Amino acid sequence: MTQLTVVDKEPTRVEEEEFERGLLLSTVESLVNWARKSSIWPVSFGLACCAIEMMATGASRFDLARFGAEVFRGSPRQADLMIVAGRLSRKMAPVLRRIYDQMPDPKWVIAMGACASCGGIFNTYTIVQGVDEVVPVDVYVPGCPPRPEQLIHGIMLLQEKITKEHPSKQGLFHFPWRSKA
Amino acid sequence: MILELLKGMATTFKHIFRKPVTVSYPEERLPLAPRYRGLHMFVVNDDGMERCVGCELCAIACPADAIYIEPAENTEQERHSRGERYARLYKIHMLRCIFCGYCEEACPEEAIVMGKQYELASYNRGDFVYGKERLMTPLKAALKQRPDLHPDW
Repeated sequence: MTQLTVVDKEPTRVEEEEFERGLLLSTVESLVNWARKSSIWPVSFGLACCAIEMMATGASRFDLARFGAEVFRGSPRQADLMIVAGRLSRKMAPVLRRIYDQMPDPKWVIAMGACASCGGIFNTYTIVQGVDEVVPVDVYVPGCPPRPEQLIHGIMLLQEKITKEHPSKQGLFHFPWRSKA
Repeated sequence: MILELLKGMATTFKHIFRKPVTVSYPEERLPLAPRYRGLHMFVVNDDGMERCVGCELCAIACPADAIYIEPAENTEQERHSRGERYARLYKIHMLRCIFCGYCEEACPEEAIVMGKQYELASYNRGDFVYGKERLMTPLKAALKQRPDLHPDW
């Protein structure tokens, strides 16, 4: 009979989280991710000509509703995704940041077009050289302006990214045995 | 009143039998305009010679300053193009690029041409600096996207 070694060590926080995610929450996580990725509601943040293509993407020909993302919300409180469509001037930057802050978690940002992604042709002091100076950007979509297909491609990339996320690490679930911590 | 209602409903029901206008993008694609300007192609001839002679005209013409070229001299041992010089480094910043096609217009050698590829989105800003390796296209592949190119330049 072999003697089993007793490891009387408390599991670390990381191990606990790994256990909860792997054993308890793997399917729930994928369900949450599926729900999130199939209903990305964008906040309508059109700043310039790219917004026209964004509207075209939402319209019937390209039909963003196929991805569950057709509901362009006027209020950031109801939105998950911010499609920054157009060049962002320095004066507009605080407004963009405020709207981003008002969006509830989880939230994502797509920088649509050359100007939003890096300043594009406007390499001047008045234009923010890429909205990633102000908000964290998830997907960059180049083009001037991008075709609706390109924007849909960007949204599909974002959906892929969402499926790889771990909602349990974002404090979405409450564990009663964790309340002491 | 009933008649009006029926008239209205007839309009509604007519739409049920119409062909849907939606193009479900990832599965089916719209035909591009014949002169659509997509991702650049850095054309390499059939004999392995690059067409670019490193004249930097595209970089000068670029309104967004998206092109960076470092030319170098061709030598007898190492020959990359038919001209005196070739582009040792050729980079295009695809985020800066506005796909205006001025580079193609400026190019005297038909070395940089706009293709039809447009799915360029990515997660990282660093991914968008396209080097020569990523842009290089053999002439045959380039002709598929752009049949109007000169095969024997």
